[in-house]
Amino acid sequence: METTAQCLPERGSASDARVRVEQAARILRLRVVEMLGPNTKGHLGGSLSIADVVAALYFVKMRHDPSAPQWPDRDRFILSKGHSVLVQYAALAECGYFPREELGKLKTLGSVLQGHPDIKSTPGIEANTGSLGQGLSQACGMAAGLRLDGRKSRVYCVVGDGELCEGQIWEAAMSASHYRLDNLVAIVDRNGLQATGPIESRFNTNPLAQKWAAFGWHVLELDGHDATAILEALDQADRLPGKPKVLIANTVKGRGLPFAENNAAFHNGHMTSEQYELALKLLGSEFSADRS
Amino acid sequence: MALRNCREIYGRTLVELGQQNRDIVVLEGDLGKSTMSCYFEEAFPDRYFEMGIAEANMTAFAAGLSLAGKIPFTNSFATFAAGRAFDQIRQSICLPNLNVKIVGSSAGLSDYGDGSTHQSVEDIAIMRALPNMTVLVPADGNETRAMTRAMAAYRGPVYLRISRADLPDVTAVNQEFVIGRPSIVRGGKDAAIFAVGAMVAKAIEAADLLSEKGISIRVVNVSSLKPVDEAALKAMAEDMKGIVTAEEHSIIGGLASLVTYVLRGTGLPIECIAIQDRFGQSAENLDRLYEEYGLTAERIAAAVVSVIAKNTA
Repeated sequence: METTAQCLPERGSASDARVRVEQAARILRLRVVEMLGPNTKGHLGGSLSIADVVAALYFVKMRHDPSAPQWPDRDRFILSKGHSVLVQYAALAECGYFPREELGKLKTLGSVLQGHPDIKSTPGIEANTGSLGQGLSQACGMAAGLRLDGRKSRVYCVVGDGELCEGQIWEAAMSASHYRLDNLVAIVDRNGLQATGPIESRFNTNPLAQKWAAFGWHVLELDGHDATAILEALDQADRLPGKPKVLIANTVKGRGLPFAENNAAFHNGHMTSEQYELALKLLGSEFSADRS
Repeated sequence: MALRNCREIYGRTLVELGQQNRDIVVLEGDLGKSTMSCYFEEAFPDRYFEMGIAEANMTAFAAGLSLAGKIPFTNSFATFAAGRAFDQIRQSICLPNLNVKIVGSSAGLSDYGDGSTHQSVEDIAIMRALPNMTVLVPADGNETRAMTRAMAAYRGPVYLRISRADLPDVTAVNQEFVIGRPSIVRGGKDAAIFAVGAMVAKAIEAADLLSEKGISIRVVNVSSLKPVDEAALKAMAEDMKGIVTAEEHSIIGGLASLVTYVLRGTGLPIECIAIQDRFGQSAENLDRLYEEYGLTAERIAAAVVSVIAKNTA
């Protein structure tokens, strides 16, 4: 079976890389929708908000080898906001870590795809996350361990803006700057919505840039749905020495599906049959045209 | 019996292990001069991570180091190591079954001056309840050394519970330690005392008191609380008239729970010496607390007399 990673255009030039990320992101969104299906509850909104960043990492930026998931010099990706793992499963399947058919068994008994990331169940998953606030600490430890061994691997960690309520995030942020973990890149999926509503009114974690800067990080802000901006920020992060880096990615929860966009009900909600059909049409049609 | 400090021996053993294996790394929650991880810091500053007073991050950071191939030992007082960082141990370490060693120091009531906030009465219970976790409690300095070596060689999460107090030697200097195996530290034929940690020495004292009355006591050191060889434990109990357990821990979820469960259905009379569902408190010394909580040789001996009486009644 050809994987999507093989079907996409070469990463080559900047514009090729952009097209590659855009196409991959659309496929990831389609797979998330298919995985969930109609009338089934799941973490749709946060999976869609981070789809472009995940596509940029897995299909262009990261050095990784789906045929050798434990390659010691690979870059690592940790999804600290583990509930959005649908989009990571989609990326892993499209890269060829496991057969695409597994996506259809999501959250069923004995499936390799658990409700939250589990290294023992799923090839390509790098850390157990889902109890929020812990993934960044694991990413820090991983970055420190890789550096001890003199490896050039980078560690990428996606955290949610709602997740920033967890005090452990800031403990981790202090430890990353104390140990000057410049092989670590955190990415805040700033979609502005937590489970029960807008972050600003429910429990405000802003201002973000000032907080991260005060904790000793290089801070970059970007449009988290602009493939060019994401790739440039990831490249720029490589060039910033001496400190950990954070990319504050401004995103839209539910991005790509008008009925789900900026709608907290789709934090962990279900699509009606009509919404599902619409979603397939919006995300699938163009992809089908590409493949034909 | 010579008194020795388990923390001191643990700290020295960690350095010895660090010399043998460069993957061993040590994390500390700003208590290095109490947990004695400070020796490792002197010897291997590059592999020592002062994590500040932030146990949650320290514990999940250790998980990350493990995922990068290291063998991390985290250090704090037992109540913070196991309690404050419980969810990190559960989610980031035990769920993925990572090779992280959690060392809970100043355990039980042994930090007598600081009182209840710094004493751990429930750490064994919560660590035993976690799938994939191994729970070890040394009875003396010799066993601390053997156990620290064994846990480094073992692959998987381990919780090591160390007293702050100086403990008398109850095991031999080079006695082998095998995870899971209970050991008889004193032979006897009438009744058995199953003890753990500092209570092993108290059990031997109790056996001395009872031997003056002509009662012969077997003392078993159950230093590996999880896993435990249940068949071996049963075999050490079945030819006895009665059983007493002794631990510096809550009656809930520790040695009492373990032994009464393993011996269910045998019909053996059992009494349990433990902390009765209470928190600790401050005192002028540890012995005052042992008296207050009933963790003395005299109380253990009285419990033995009581179980023997039940059997012969």
